[in-house]
Amino acid sequence: MQTSDLIFWLLSGLAAMSAVTFWLCRHKATSLMHGPIRLHSQPGYYGWYGALMVLLPAVMVAVMVGVLHLFHWYTAPATLLLAVCYLIAAAGSGVALSHINVDFRARDAVERMVRGMLFGAATVSILITIGIVFSVLFESIQFFKVISFWEFITGTRWEPDTAFLIGAGREDEGGAVPHFGSVPIFAGTFMITAIAMVVAVPVGLFSAIYMSEYASNNWRNTLKPMLEILAGIPTVVYGFFAAITISPLVVQFAESIGFHADYTNALAPGLIMGIMIIPFMSSLSDDVIRAVPQSLRDGSLALGTTKAETIRHVVLPAAMPGIVAAFLIAVSRAIGETMIVVMAAGLRPNLTANPLEGMTTVTVKIVEALTGDQEFDSAFTLAAFALGMVLLIITLVLNIISSLVVRKFRQRYE
Amino acid sequence: MNTANNPALQRRYRADRRFRLYGLLALAFAMSFLLFFFVDIISKAMPALQQAEVKVTVQYTEAAIENYNKAVSRLDRRVVSKSWLRSLPRLLRDNPAMIGTSEELWVLAESRVDQYLKGHDGHGLKAKYQKRVDVLQQQGYTRMAFNTGFFINGDSKLPEYAGILASAIGSVMVLLITMALAVPVGVMTAIYLEEFAPDNHFTHVVEININNLAAIPSILYGLLGLAIFINFAGVPRSSALAGGLTLALMTLPIIIISTRAALRTVPETIREAAMGVGASQLQSVWHHVLPLAMPGILTGSIIGLAQAMGETAPLLIIGMMAYIPDAPNSALQAATVLPAQIYTWSSESLRAFEERTAAGILVLLVVLLSLNGVAVWLRKRSEQTW
Repeated sequence: MQTSDLIFWLLSGLAAMSAVTFWLCRHKATSLMHGPIRLHSQPGYYGWYGALMVLLPAVMVAVMVGVLHLFHWYTAPATLLLAVCYLIAAAGSGVALSHINVDFRARDAVERMVRGMLFGAATVSILITIGIVFSVLFESIQFFKVISFWEFITGTRWEPDTAFLIGAGREDEGGAVPHFGSVPIFAGTFMITAIAMVVAVPVGLFSAIYMSEYASNNWRNTLKPMLEILAGIPTVVYGFFAAITISPLVVQFAESIGFHADYTNALAPGLIMGIMIIPFMSSLSDDVIRAVPQSLRDGSLALGTTKAETIRHVVLPAAMPGIVAAFLIAVSRAIGETMIVVMAAGLRPNLTANPLEGMTTVTVKIVEALTGDQEFDSAFTLAAFALGMVLLIITLVLNIISSLVVRKFRQRYE
Repeated sequence: MNTANNPALQRRYRADRRFRLYGLLALAFAMSFLLFFFVDIISKAMPALQQAEVKVTVQYTEAAIENYNKAVSRLDRRVVSKSWLRSLPRLLRDNPAMIGTSEELWVLAESRVDQYLKGHDGHGLKAKYQKRVDVLQQQGYTRMAFNTGFFINGDSKLPEYAGILASAIGSVMVLLITMALAVPVGVMTAIYLEEFAPDNHFTHVVEININNLAAIPSILYGLLGLAIFINFAGVPRSSALAGGLTLALMTLPIIIISTRAALRTVPETIREAAMGVGASQLQSVWHHVLPLAMPGILTGSIIGLAQAMGETAPLLIIGMMAYIPDAPNSALQAATVLPAQIYTWSSESLRAFEERTAAGILVLLVVLLSLNGVAVWLRKRSEQTW
């Protein structure tokens, strides 16, 4: 039996059984009520109690067997699993029916189960984090068994093309040795991120200042959604725009002032990424600037300062922690951004300070390694997971710092 | 003291006006970019709405069944689309009565002819065929027709025949799976955290964790999908199921955060009033808080959906940029999505794919902007001051 068939039969069988049990339990509950005898809960709750007693244990067993199967610890035959689940469901149905009597508090029981389900949903997010950490960690460990961690962190050459020889056990044959020095890749990432921030920080910050301090409410309510369109445009679209429209413009402009620029220059994706990030920068800064108490502004204005002086010397310093947090979040967005650089930046690792040359980034290398036709366990593909791990660590650190900074800021004014 | 003529004060006032101007300039920069961007994309996409057709004489002969090239004259072979020529043998086999007849037909032109007729540089049409097309044009045997094929075909290596239908269906399948998983789990998590969670260590860990998940770059969700769903759990690579699962994990934090915000706007008095007349905590949430928070939850879900719909990077990692000429008919078959289709077209070298890429982008943007518009409208409509 196919897995999809199994899941279909399991779910449809359980759904039918729980529907029948719902009806039976509610019927029994209503038949108990006659004359002066009143039940604790409304009849529907007795029905739900029955339905949940059918569903929950059977689904839990099925999930557990599924997990056992995935870890290759034990694989139950599909028909056996189906039979066992149906049996458990039938048993649940019987137990639920036998529980129902005049003294039974069905609503309390149902609420306990629903709370349990809500709690279960809340743990899913923890499972996702564990999943992400483990998926990058395990493959990275495989990678660092072959390539030294030190070379990965400090090496300046990224030439992984011959890595498949290691996987094939042929590294002693005298072919070119693969190099996995990630410095040029991170240099490219930071260069493009820096260009993006040069665009996003002034534009985002001044937009936020204008919207929160100068613009009327109506103006603000039209400007803000328009700015947020920038964040809603898919990154693949920005990538196309950077590669097809902006890159040639950059090349033309560079040539007109006597420089040479590659078509895969770092400037075009950097500029576009900066524009993409403007709304993150502006809406987060807007929030913190508006959170600065009005009394600070009034005090400053009462001393005879102009509005600009108040903003520069009073409002902005007070909002600074929040602005720093916005900056850090924007940086982590830029570092993790993929499609723009995949489509508009280069593939060649290049350690240079010239933004007109082609450079590559961490995310480009991850995509390149995992969309090719290399064996999954070659060092070339595993390198993607090592890069992913570094990316994960950087984003988490930036995010944790920014949330600590914001918390400090909140405490100061609340 | 005369304030009006005080030079120091004048300077300060000028600085004040300048500062305000910087803000306006920043906004003007962002808005003019937006304008430039839309004008550029639309002007690149417009040509793709029209597709060249040519009128040729088709000879339905026995020979055409074996070699479809023989159905049209030698000169016209490279002028008409191969996709149409390839369909001829089947047509003849299904309708043997047609053999021996001939007719004049408007058929899809080859992409280079299309580009040549649209006057685009780099059309790549050889001089020999350019002359033939010029002749056809003088005879009135060429025309521009609305490009229906773009909306009803799947991907193709022949640009004139490539369309977005297969990827659009893939997108819908992926999004259905994403929403079916992410919305219930996300809303349940938010209800737990906002209404039931005790103020303890576990709750704090979950809250911090959700904020971190929202900040993790989407490509890492692709790594998770590849390592866990595909390599570990054996979900078929490139399938809509793998894509839906991966995007569900990515959308979950967005939905949790917006649902929590929606639940927080429901005032405490509503809960107290419900409990005051004897409702349990769960009843007060289910009957009163949730219905009041529903527009906010819906808005958040739509925004999450729009984000998932435009996402490409994690889907590339799990192989959803596959070449899909026909729409998949199960969630386990290889599929592609609209943004991934745009990505594959953008890396094609033929000039004709560029306008198709732009047209695909236009379709995607229209869908996404209308989704966001619906979200904004919902929020506006349900705005309530307590």
